[in-house]
Amino acid sequence: MILTQLTLVEQAVFVLAALVLFLSFSILAQARLVAGIHVFAWQGAVLAGATGLVALVDGEPHLLVSAGLTLALKALLIPWMLHRLVRRLELERHLDPLPRPAVALMLGAALVIFSYWVVVPIERLELATTRNILSLSLAVVLLGLLIMVTRRQAVTQVIGFMSMENGLFLAAATATHGMPLVVELGVAFDVLVAAVLFGVFFLQISESIESLDVDRLNRLSAWEDEP
Amino acid sequence: MVPGNSGGVVVGDLVNLSSGWVLLQAALFLFGAPLLMAWVRRVKARLQNRRGPGWLQPYRDLNKLFAKEALVAHTASELFRAAPYVVFATTLLACLGVPLVAVGQPFTAVADVIVLVGFLALGRFFLALAGMDVGTAFGGMGASREMLVSALAEPAMLLAVFTLAMTAHSTNLSSVIDHQLAFGLVLRPSYLFALMALVLVAVAETGRIPVDNPTTHLELTMIHEAMILEYSGRHLALMEWAAQLKLMLYGVLIVNVFLPWGIAREVSLAAVSFGLFAVVAKLLLLGVLLAVTETVLAKMRLFRAPQFLNFSLLLALLGLLSHVILEGGA
Repeated sequence: MILTQLTLVEQAVFVLAALVLFLSFSILAQARLVAGIHVFAWQGAVLAGATGLVALVDGEPHLLVSAGLTLALKALLIPWMLHRLVRRLELERHLDPLPRPAVALMLGAALVIFSYWVVVPIERLELATTRNILSLSLAVVLLGLLIMVTRRQAVTQVIGFMSMENGLFLAAATATHGMPLVVELGVAFDVLVAAVLFGVFFLQISESIESLDVDRLNRLSAWEDEP
Repeated sequence: MVPGNSGGVVVGDLVNLSSGWVLLQAALFLFGAPLLMAWVRRVKARLQNRRGPGWLQPYRDLNKLFAKEALVAHTASELFRAAPYVVFATTLLACLGVPLVAVGQPFTAVADVIVLVGFLALGRFFLALAGMDVGTAFGGMGASREMLVSALAEPAMLLAVFTLAMTAHSTNLSSVIDHQLAFGLVLRPSYLFALMALVLVAVAETGRIPVDNPTTHLELTMIHEAMILEYSGRHLALMEWAAQLKLMLYGVLIVNVFLPWGIAREVSLAAVSFGLFAVVAKLLLLGVLLAVTETVLAKMRLFRAPQFLNFSLLLALLGLLSHVILEGGA
């Protein structure tokens, strides 16, 4: 498939999908919690834009509904909830830097290549013009996993989890013209409920260990020395 | 070979034409670069509620420096005296390889983008050597910092350039621009990332604000200034002029490769003058953007510069990957 044969709108879908991947990398590299939440909100907005454009290209009106839902939930509501939690726990100035940012970023690039390698046989089927985006979505999912593995802060781990969901959503919207609306509504509310539950967990964790650094849960008592 | 040239030109004319082109482009770069610098300074001053120096101030500065005696430290070797000429000449040669107002000029047929990176690297090598030559602490410090920055910036720039080259199947800038123009407006994710990477590299290489501050002589932060601290008179003038040329070179590279619309594709007065108008307009816009970012951002600590450049390397890599993944290598 050659890019120059597509219409401008389809090319714009490609650009937005690439931006979603880029924003995943930004979340991975971001040291400040609040900035990480903002990047996550932008990822939601870009994802909503991509979904809306796919809806226009394919003439699937129900995708517009899920684009609006994505914008409302992932770009506005969930980031706002996370932001409020961070403010309430007084973590606004908190840093959660990666021990080796360059290594993590290179690992992320390796994951992109890996997901491309995995998806190549599926892409050959050429069922939809936007099928190429499948490997990017898989990469976004794997990068979300990488964010969860490398971070120690509970808030950033949640952001990683949510961006994984963004990757799945991108795959659903671009490769299969979206899931049935019932399923999408269900998933969206699941994510919302998860965000609420995570908030409760944050409060509990921070009350019991006075921090959101989940590595400290490995220790038996608060007075035990650093490993 | 002159791809954009209409037929009917005999060989003697072609030679005349090509030397004419080279002279024209050299003159445009030599006299445009101080003006671009003046424009950036003026916009920046306006943003800071100052009036700022006049349009001709960089020319006046150069004129003053050329008239002054060039003092050379007694510990300096011949290399110290030769370095300004080498730096100036390599930067000017690099400038000649970038299509400014028209594609398919004679000189751009030989100078492709790897040659351009090579010229810049040669100039930088001599600049760093000259910084260390006198033996002052600042010179050595500046040289080591410059090398730290450029060692990280160069791979990012090459990767960004390879992204372009893979699309156009050529490392010749003129062919890349021709390819861009032939297909009209194509939204390429890879170009977006390559553009972002190249902008970050340009900021680092020309010593603009988040990486280096061009207006300070504060020993803790300076990179470029530290290396040319010992220079005076015409040597200093050449070094400053080379720095201005480099800023314009990167500016032209960015606007003409990524937004080539308006550039002349044939040799006629109307096309060339429109090309000139287009490139001036694009450079003025880029100058405003540069001034705004320099006003908004603060200079980073030197030890954060590797992180900044790693980010640009990552962007370039993403450009390459999205070219392969999304654009199917076409």
